[in-house]
Amino acid sequence: MTKTGDDMSKHKQLRVNPIDCAGHGLCAELLPELITLDEWGYPLLPREPVPHRLERQARRAVTDCPALALALSEVP
Amino acid sequence: MSAITHTTALWYASRATGVVSLLLLSLVVILGILVNRQGRLPGLPSFAITGLHRTVSLLAVLFVALHVATAVIDPFVSIGVAAVVIPFVSAYKPLWLGLGAVSLDLVAALIVTSLVRAHLSRRAWRGIHWLAYAAWPLALVHSFMSSPDLRSGGFLVLTAGCTLAVAGAAVWRLASGAREVPRAERAAVTLMRTRGPARASDGGAR
Amino acid sequence: MTHNATLPLPGPGQRPAAEGAIPGGRRGLPRLMPVQPVPVGLGEHLERFGPPPYRDAPRKLIGEVEAAGLTGRGGAAFPTHRKLAAMATGLGPAPVVIGNGAEGEPASNKDKSLLWFSPHLVLDGLQLAAEAVGSVTVGLYVHRNSQLYDRLVAAIAERAAAGLDAAGVELIDAPPRFLAGEESALASRASGGLALPRFKPPRASQRGVAGRRTLVQNVETLAHLALIARYGPGWFRSVGTPDEPGSMLATLHQADGAMSVVETTLGTPIADLLRRPAQAVLVGGYHGAWLPGEQAEVLPLANAALRPLGAAVGAGVLAALPADRCGLAETARVVRYLALESAGQCGPCFNGLPRMAGALAELAGLRPAPQVQADLERWSGLVAGRGACHHPDGTVRLVRSALRVFAAEIGHHAHGYCTGTSSRPFLPLPAEAAIDDEDWR
Repeated sequence: MTKTGDDMSKHKQLRVNPIDCAGHGLCAELLPELITLDEWGYPLLPREPVPHRLERQARRAVTDCPALALALSEVP
Repeated sequence: MSAITHTTALWYASRATGVVSLLLLSLVVILGILVNRQGRLPGLPSFAITGLHRTVSLLAVLFVALHVATAVIDPFVSIGVAAVVIPFVSAYKPLWLGLGAVSLDLVAALIVTSLVRAHLSRRAWRGIHWLAYAAWPLALVHSFMSSPDLRSGGFLVLTAGCTLAVAGAAVWRLASGAREVPRAERAAVTLMRTRGPARASDGGAR
Repeated sequence: MTHNATLPLPGPGQRPAAEGAIPGGRRGLPRLMPVQPVPVGLGEHLERFGPPPYRDAPRKLIGEVEAAGLTGRGGAAFPTHRKLAAMATGLGPAPVVIGNGAEGEPASNKDKSLLWFSPHLVLDGLQLAAEAVGSVTVGLYVHRNSQLYDRLVAAIAERAAAGLDAAGVELIDAPPRFLAGEESALASRASGGLALPRFKPPRASQRGVAGRRTLVQNVETLAHLALIARYGPGWFRSVGTPDEPGSMLATLHQADGAMSVVETTLGTPIADLLRRPAQAVLVGGYHGAWLPGEQAEVLPLANAALRPLGAAVGAGVLAALPADRCGLAETARVVRYLALESAGQCGPCFNGLPRMAGALAELAGLRPAPQVQADLERWSGLVAGRGACHHPDGTVRLVRSALRVFAAEIGHHAHGYCTGTSSRPFLPLPAEAAIDDEDWR
């Protein structure tokens, strides 16, 4: 699966602060490939790191979150 | 004679952009309340509401900038550059223009903090964003009192409409906030509301 | 009530020494608790143990703690020396040390008992831990039960007057919440706010009380520390198992309703502690797990044996479910309590736990609707790992173990009958729920 050129180092992980999250749901709208909402409107994030091709969209989801609850962090 | 025409044009431009600014700022406040309350506009996803809020606020900044620039450049009235951001120092209508300056300062704070949002603490950004509720009324009073335009005819209707819309949205915001289940009660309320067999769309404290 | 050793105590004036009066005598117990169930005052404490054996420099004690293999007695069983070493780096401002005596778990009484009977061991441990990590800001976090609180105020004052404590100890009020003892909730409360868990990172060890690096240790762990500092790692390891050494306090709920706090050793057979066979045993507490009675009977109280079965020693709670009770009904009551104890901060938690409680209440009734168990399992999957703290995770552990252990009973209820003949509540739960913010302060 490396034809896409995904360099497995320097991948980012999506994380949400569940205290700040108010279930606006923008993240799921902007990044439906990775984020879905549970039955109460709260985001279900992927365990896997964000593929490079979706990183820009992921960044947009992070900046657009009205509650500033979403973050992209380095994979440790 | 062209000098007088030139002056009139700038003065008109300042008043016109001022009206548009007030309209746009009113729209921004209403959209901001919609974002906060997770309100939806028919057919639009949530990110469109936040997108609109952001776009309209940048448009509003543009028109405020034009409004201010034309007013400063216009030699017909004496408004120095300093009076744009420092309240009450203009020679022309210092009080009413001063309120406009304060409003502009607040709007600037709102815009700048929102642009660097990712680098601020959530608390800091939110705290400053609350100033929007001060910036708008200041802009309204500044508009209403600086120019007789808004006090008659179609413009009065427009001003009244903006005021009603923003006031209505603010009241709705307050009521919605008051109806919110306090944190300490959320689980208990959900427990009460979801007793019995699970229904397809059950309640909860959301 | 303590486990009584039958050997005489060292007489007055006898200094504790290697050959003489090491706590625990021939049987190795008791160590933390006094032989007679009478609170140990400062005078008696000093006679028996002497003053706190300061090392006069930070970090010196940590090697001994490592050799002793002491693990946290608050439930997580984390190696204590690692916590101390991480805090004792000496970089940046001095850390804060807090002894955690909140004991929000209703089924657990060991910390309150320890603080009641042997407060000075805990207070010694606090001072020694503070010295080891280079801290001079020390606190003790306890529920404001007035008698215990007043006792501790007096004990601290007495020690201060005697010049025993290198650092002043501040008593911090813990609200009677299940989550009050959660590390970040403790840090939040100790910083003057509500006892609400915070999002991690940063952990309290990075940003805790008033933004400072904070070491949080359960009060029992501190008491063990105070003894290790006097009698050494070899002594500490003389009871327990090689992987889980030392003694521990356990809260026992017998099937006949009797409750006791005992000092026992890790590795002790559960059958020795719970005197009679039970249909099921709750191990660890309300974030623990049920085990079938016949299984628990042959297990030791040790993580090595319990973890593969989905359980853990945890806070040392063992509750034997009487034959005449319905395990589903008891679990439903507990999960309802756990749901109401949600901090209400995270959507998955305050949405999921109450619904799970409702579903369990249905399963505990007769002929529940067919989709109830599926809903319960779906919600369990939805809440685990999605809160700022482990409240949803612990609750799910309890629920899943109940669905396993009481599977037969679920079948009975589906057919319209319950094997329980008594509906009297068995597991202890507080009467009052939190209503507003002040209940979290």
